[in-house]
Amino acid sequence: MVLATSMTIPDILVFVTGALMILVGAAGVIVAKNPVHSALCLVLTLFGVAVLFIEQQADFLAAVQVIVYAGAVVVMFLFVIMFLGVDRTEDVHDEPLMGQRPLAIGLVLVLVGSIVALGSEAKWSGGSHSVVGINQGPYQNVANLGKAIFTTYLFAFEITSALLVIAVVGAVVLARRSMITNAPRTDSLGNPLGATTDFEGADR
Amino acid sequence: MLLAATTSFSLPSIDYLAILPELVLLGGALIVLLATSMVRGGLKRNIATAITMLFSAAALVTALVQWGRISAQGAETTIAHAIVLDGFSTFIGVTVLCALILSVLVGHDYLKREGIESSEYHILAMIAASGAVMMGQANDLIVIFLALEILSIALYVLVAFNPLRGESGESALKYYILGGFSSAIFVYGIALVYGATGSTNLGQIANFFSENQLIHPGLFDAGLALVLVGFAFKIAAVPFHVWTPDVYQGAPSPITGFMASVAKVGGFAALIRVTIAAMNSQSASWKPILYALAIATLLLGAIVALVQRDVKRMLAYSSISHAGYILIGVEVGTLAGTSAALFYLFAYSVMTVGSFAIVTVLGGDGDSDHDLGRYRGLARRQPWLGGALAVLLLAQAGIPFTSGFFAKLGVVSAAINGGSWPLALVAMIAAAIGVAFYLRVVVLAYMGSDEADATDTPSSQVNPQTRHAQSTLLLEGQSVATIPAVSVPLLSGIAIVLSVATTIFFGVIPGPLLDFAHSAAQLFLA
Repeated sequence: MVLATSMTIPDILVFVTGALMILVGAAGVIVAKNPVHSALCLVLTLFGVAVLFIEQQADFLAAVQVIVYAGAVVVMFLFVIMFLGVDRTEDVHDEPLMGQRPLAIGLVLVLVGSIVALGSEAKWSGGSHSVVGINQGPYQNVANLGKAIFTTYLFAFEITSALLVIAVVGAVVLARRSMITNAPRTDSLGNPLGATTDFEGADR
Repeated sequence: MLLAATTSFSLPSIDYLAILPELVLLGGALIVLLATSMVRGGLKRNIATAITMLFSAAALVTALVQWGRISAQGAETTIAHAIVLDGFSTFIGVTVLCALILSVLVGHDYLKREGIESSEYHILAMIAASGAVMMGQANDLIVIFLALEILSIALYVLVAFNPLRGESGESALKYYILGGFSSAIFVYGIALVYGATGSTNLGQIANFFSENQLIHPGLFDAGLALVLVGFAFKIAAVPFHVWTPDVYQGAPSPITGFMASVAKVGGFAALIRVTIAAMNSQSASWKPILYALAIATLLLGAIVALVQRDVKRMLAYSSISHAGYILIGVEVGTLAGTSAALFYLFAYSVMTVGSFAIVTVLGGDGDSDHDLGRYRGLARRQPWLGGALAVLLLAQAGIPFTSGFFAKLGVVSAAINGGSWPLALVAMIAAAIGVAFYLRVVVLAYMGSDEADATDTPSSQVNPQTRHAQSTLLLEGQSVATIPAVSVPLLSGIAIVLSVATTIFFGVIPGPLLDFAHSAAQLFLA
């Protein structure tokens, strides 16, 4: 068993609740016909992860999980879904590849099974089946996280900013791309970026 | 109260020389980005290229300065052991920067031909290169992941950046979705490895294994396998290669060359660091995986390349096959294997960027004409361009007097000395098949007007299947007279000449590069 033997019954109850929330939510994301429902199911999953964080005494991560993921990220998903139109239904029953669904289910079961099998006979680095950090009192979670970010993971923290720059540049490039291709080529967009006229010149 | 809680807190020391190449590249990208938005009417293409070349060259110089420092003082880690400054990282940096400089030269002419004045190409290429350099230096699984994402996201966008190229959008989406999946799998693997070893830092993982023996290594094995899947996707190893032909074909040709070299160099750099430096004691876990990957990659890449009619798809399968050779060097895991893999990476990058430069030039307006028939009689119309193509393709085939020969010789002899002789055997078979499809293009380019003569010439080396393909090509192909000669733009010409010269130089006098790769592999900090 992966579950620790030291777990008490309330622990197990909280874990099972969180795990069920995650699994039901994840299934809902895939099964729900309406994309808005899918996004709401994702919220359920993310809340389940927050519950598991609390169960592991990572209160700060749980708060961040709720604020950032369940709050900001899903709201952005909903924005995008609303922009694209909720009522647009896609026919997912027409399969281009025959038998890919049963095959996918089978392969996923094999993968999950092998990971569970490998994990169940594994020991975590502490040598025990489960690891729980020492609870060092209030605010220690935040302090330790802050310390880790600015010492052990300083470089990772800094290059995350580089990653964000690329994400923004990339998004702008691709957004302009669709703007240029969708615009009527003969009409000048008055685009301050100065590229449009050149693309028109290259239009053959 | 919070301040009271944090008692001893000291920021890690930072050796700026270690991260200088990335800083220079990122700085250059930001300067071009700012200039593009500040200058009225956008930055001129010439100026953007000039700035990019300046910063790439500066980064190359800093990499060489690093090399001097390492040779004098030895390798070191910095920024809380997240970054390594060693011979290996410097070699990877030099390789990536050479590929970047050649690609910017080729890309400039491409942008000119397609009438694209904007400078996203320069910005994204520099950022992607900085990610690849970082992958060579990363000493922490988290840093490897972030560097991989910096490299990948820049490449996803680069594939799609030309708005007038419809197929680019499709291949960028394929690349993005599959790349996103592989990254997710990679991160899951990192989490499991962290659970099994208690650290994401490669040095600490190595320490953990030197002090502990895993009695039940299931968790670690699962994590390692998932991490290897992530790497195998990046280096396009079979069976994680399916994206490669479509993306290589759909991307603008100069991007394809850049992507083929830089993504592979970055992926292999991190793979070598993770397997050989951090998990060398666990080689029983990863060697069989790499063994199987190498065999599948070598054979499938070479065999499927035989039947391709599109040059870019053929080169895509050939790059898959190259990944197989480099995997051999990694699998062997010895000093000779590592240095052979490094040598191969350098030779491969230069050859690939050069080959795709020629493909770009021949692609014509719109970069659309990549059928093999386009190469018929190329050497008679344009002897220099045809000669360059022949050299680069023969180098990829591993013909003597090119750097490709010593690259293949290095991995094969490392495999034999390391006891993996079946791998060496498979590599030789794959090389023999490879000669067939590279020669097919070369023969096509050199074919004389009397066609019967031309098909007879290669028959001794080429297998019947290819000969059949050639004769179909002869029947279907356009007549030589209708294919116009293309003019080679100046900067592309320089890039082609540089890559051909490098390929021949290190094919005739491989000593300097072999020594560089060897001492780079020796100055390898675990």
